[in-house]
Amino acid sequence: MIMKGRKISKGKASGEALVSGKTISFYGGVDPNTGLIVEKEHDLEGRSIAGKVLVFPTGSGSTVGSYSLLRLKKNGKAPLAIINRECETVVAVGAIISDIPCVDRIDISKIKTGQKVKVEGDSGNVEI
Amino acid sequence: MLEGKEGRAVQKSMEILAALGEIFGAERLIPVSSVQVAGVSYHNLGDAGLEFLEYLAKDGKVRVKTMLNPAGMDLEKWREMGIPEDFAEKQMKVINAFRNLGITISCTCTPYLAGCSPKRDEHIAWSESSAVCFANSVIGARTNREGGPSALAAAITGRTPFYGLHLDENRRPRITVDVRTAVSGEHEFGALALATGRKTKEKIPLIRGVKKASLEELKSFSASFPTYSGAAMFHMEGITPGRFSAPEEHIEVTRKDLEDAVKFLNDENGIDFVSIGCPHCSIGEIERIARLLKGKKVSRETWITTSRNVKEQADKKGFTQIIESSGAKIVCDTCLAVAPLKGRFRTIATNSAKGCYYGRGSNAFRTRFMSLEECIKEAVGA
Repeated sequence: MIMKGRKISKGKASGEALVSGKTISFYGGVDPNTGLIVEKEHDLEGRSIAGKVLVFPTGSGSTVGSYSLLRLKKNGKAPLAIINRECETVVAVGAIISDIPCVDRIDISKIKTGQKVKVEGDSGNVEI
Repeated sequence: MLEGKEGRAVQKSMEILAALGEIFGAERLIPVSSVQVAGVSYHNLGDAGLEFLEYLAKDGKVRVKTMLNPAGMDLEKWREMGIPEDFAEKQMKVINAFRNLGITISCTCTPYLAGCSPKRDEHIAWSESSAVCFANSVIGARTNREGGPSALAAAITGRTPFYGLHLDENRRPRITVDVRTAVSGEHEFGALALATGRKTKEKIPLIRGVKKASLEELKSFSASFPTYSGAAMFHMEGITPGRFSAPEEHIEVTRKDLEDAVKFLNDENGIDFVSIGCPHCSIGEIERIARLLKGKKVSRETWITTSRNVKEQADKKGFTQIIESSGAKIVCDTCLAVAPLKGRFRTIATNSAKGCYYGRGSNAFRTRFMSLEECIKEAVGA
């Protein structure tokens, strides 16, 4: 199935989905060295976002979070791609400066953790 | 610019601005006259952030007057502050990358007191929350609260997407606030902003009943208001520019609210650190402090934080010499909210309501909140 979304950050990637129902704060919520979600009581607490197609509703928290995404990328612990229901500034800017493909305006309830997902940042298409 | 014909830094910057414009539904980009960049402390940037800045600096140059947010240390006196050598080395690399981008190395939350004063209705792209609030509210310039990369992108292209607080309709007041008590002094204006902000939340208020306000009182209000509310600007009838009819939704702030705010900012006694200058001190505040400290010695660690620009004025007028003779330190480029001071002090005395919030949050201090004059009394230990 192909879902049509909105392009946020260019590039292509495909991989396994990791889906959260909660917002993610990349500054403070994710360890930039390990890629583990460290936010208390987050539905992905203790899970690694490294090498996954990370699917979550939207970002939250400090604008420093954009640099946290870049740190994850340099440490080899970044997600392969990001899919949001509605993207906001911190994640959008973080994805662009880190060259992580990112698409939003996708019905993320259709995607399940472990599913193979293809993300096309240039067209905004997501294939599951 | 988006195709990369003007270099990679410009291309990356345009990608950021185009995406933000898309997300927020901006019809176009508009020129900005000045930029203030966040994301200056190496503590937050890490090596990855540093590499990104160095990458931009390879072929990028800012097109408009650009300054910086405060850093994690005084760029000259970091040794006296007890900053580790390896941190200082990385911090200076960050500063060098900014310098190579053509940015004025002025790390301050008060660019408007340090040689960057926009005019009313001028579009700018600033970052630090108190500077953004002061520029929007007191000066009447127009800026959203920018993050580090979006501010850099604005500086490198000289443009920002036309949305949010750049637009008239988003700057109108949504709630009327009647202040039913007299307010005076920087600390009381900080407490008033806290009491107001907690009630008005994300709505821009039209505040009535404040008879007069000094530059320093408005600076304090502009720091405390966005800390304790969800809005980036306010209107104060008879004081800030712009005339508006009062919104229907209406609240009051009473003496009791103000006293509650002061109580909230006061933990128990046992002060071991006095800090004035959040936001960075004006030359007027430095003069008052110098007068109070003349011929005295401080008995507690005392920091007066300010911009390098204001410190140079203080040097010329002899205030620096008076203050430093007392044993108090004049610290530039940083402040109690961003300097890594956790564990070094237990209870801080300050006249800043914002300083209390970040002193508690970032540095795990207990706080005592009082006027500038009382802070200096505590410093001296009289």
